[in-house]
Amino acid sequence: MTSEFFIPDPEGLIPSAEGYFGAYGGKFIPEALVAAVDEVAVEYDKAKSDPAFAAELNELMVNYTGRPSALTEVPRFAEHAGGARVFLKREDLNHTGSHKINNVLGQALLTKRMGKTRVIAETGAGQHGVATATACALFGLDCTIYMGEIDTERQALNVARMRMLGAEVVAVKSGSRTLKDAINEAFRDWVANVDRTHYLFGTVAGPHPFPAMVRDFHRVIGVEARRQLLERTGRLPDAAVACVGGGSNAIGLFHAFIPDTEVRLVGCEPAGHGVETGEHAATLTAGEPGILHGSRSYVLQDDEGQITEPYSISAGLDYPGIGPEHSYLKDIGRGEYRAVTDDAAMQALRLLSRTEGIIPAIESAHALAGALDLGKELGKDGLILINLSGRGDKDMDTAARYFGLYDTDAAVEADADSDRAEIEGDAK
Amino acid sequence: MSGNIELLSTTLAAAKAEDRAALIAYLPAGFPTVDGGIEAVKAVIAGGADVVEIGLPHSDPVLDGPVIQTADDIALRGGVRIADVMRTVREAYEATGVPILVMTYWNPIDRYGVERFTAELAEAGGAGCILPDLPVQESALWREHAEKHGLATVFVVAPSSQDARLATITAAGSGFVYAASLMGVTGTRASVGAQAQELVGRTRATTDLPVCVGLGVSNAEQAAEVAGFADGVIVGSAFVKAILDAPDEATGLDAVRSLAGELAQGVRKR
Repeated sequence: MTSEFFIPDPEGLIPSAEGYFGAYGGKFIPEALVAAVDEVAVEYDKAKSDPAFAAELNELMVNYTGRPSALTEVPRFAEHAGGARVFLKREDLNHTGSHKINNVLGQALLTKRMGKTRVIAETGAGQHGVATATACALFGLDCTIYMGEIDTERQALNVARMRMLGAEVVAVKSGSRTLKDAINEAFRDWVANVDRTHYLFGTVAGPHPFPAMVRDFHRVIGVEARRQLLERTGRLPDAAVACVGGGSNAIGLFHAFIPDTEVRLVGCEPAGHGVETGEHAATLTAGEPGILHGSRSYVLQDDEGQITEPYSISAGLDYPGIGPEHSYLKDIGRGEYRAVTDDAAMQALRLLSRTEGIIPAIESAHALAGALDLGKELGKDGLILINLSGRGDKDMDTAARYFGLYDTDAAVEADADSDRAEIEGDAK
Repeated sequence: MSGNIELLSTTLAAAKAEDRAALIAYLPAGFPTVDGGIEAVKAVIAGGADVVEIGLPHSDPVLDGPVIQTADDIALRGGVRIADVMRTVREAYEATGVPILVMTYWNPIDRYGVERFTAELAEAGGAGCILPDLPVQESALWREHAEKHGLATVFVVAPSSQDARLATITAAGSGFVYAASLMGVTGTRASVGAQAQELVGRTRATTDLPVCVGLGVSNAEQAAEVAGFADGVIVGSAFVKAILDAPDEATGLDAVRSLAGELAQGVRKR
């Protein structure tokens, strides 16, 4: 009956029955969705205590996803982090290339249990969309993915992957044409087609039970990493670090460490061009509590409750909201959230690529950049655990343009030489 | 100053006494401009609307189809503020004496402050609010302030609402009940779902409040059909579309006035 890889929150202390984490969460949804959302909650509760569900999900996580994911120490990268020891939790090595598959397989099994035949989902970077399209192919479900038009351009590779997997990809042209608007459009679809459709929500936001359920499917990240790190180093990390957009990979890493009060939980938000410029998506740093996409949490908004348009070079973090549990962790002081600029993230992306041979997603590079600073603060005795939530293949066009890596750019070779010098020099 | 919940109830009762359904029109504030929006509200009332819902535009209108999304976008890019919404309510009410509700999403009110919003709306002569993303179980704070200021709380019910839940919702609501004719977002439809009549029947079994039907109604024929089983017919996107399609503001005002006139005849042909 016990599952090694499906490990829902054993405490069950938060959220409340109404879906509140302190003042955050709840269910702010149209009446037309109340029955469907309640059905998800009831079915998930049943599934959680059903050994057959756990066994099936566990089997998939081992033989399809490839769990457990590796824990990799990165000493050459760590030389740039003040000499602290740094370990990466390699969610990038999961099938489909990110942590997203953990949640998707769980909800896809739930979709089958509910007898629904169609799945819709939003996606920013395309990682959740690809994972969802993958699960739908595996289980024979119809699949429609909503993606902001801007994101379909900057993540064109993932659009092609989703279509290859048989999903319909709808480019959303309303609003800021990014993740927020893709979610709006997915909700509109769900209201109209709720009878046969499950909305496979991709992060720890949305109405209850999504924040708790999605977290439960990702808890395996932190549980595994905690055990692996104890085996390898004999101690817990000083800090567990993850990037935060909606917050799913971060809560997945953090959750197992919440009772370990000596472990700092550090979320890295996208500061875009800098929080002071207004062009950012640093919700916990610069937002105020409000309601977006079905729950109360921190939100980027103006003084009259209009949601402001976020910006990040990373499509997966370009979101003006945040999961309610993160808002709660921030308010009680258990989570620390700092903002990382586009430039710092891109430098960290290149640094990890060239010191360790691992090309991270731009999203995850925000966590790497945050860890570089944190390592300098902790010093040589520090031990840092980073969730490497996804791989960077999808971002190569953005990165190539950012760094001028295409053949048409004459400066490529010279750039590579000077970078090597810079990287070597930096470490000294 | 108390809001106009009584006026809303007597207006709907008067339509019933005439053995017809009431015509309830929706238009967003600030669309196409604040002053233009006020004129549009006066025009639908001149054409025969009994009650008007003023939309407070939101950046993320998840329950609205493309037509109202476009109007909200125009209004927000024009810089519409909550003060403009209040002015629209006040001027429309003072010029016509018709009950005026506000329809919006919960975040603008939550952010503005529930007490401040309800006090200002009542002071402007408003009759109540429709808040489609504030479900009954999250609505206690809103209802406390709305009641204090004499404002109706109009809840939406949907074909998917179970009977027990309908009873909970209608017990908490006031003014009237907004029955969504179908599962979907706002917008015009070729036909109004058969689900609407069934939902009205199930809703009536739980309450004495008037039950008005919205979503998808755009012409006199559909209005007459819905008037055959409901206490009111709610029309939004068709008015907005008439303004969007008009080459200039004067033509748009004529179009909404004449559409309201046709619909007003429709609700009398039950």
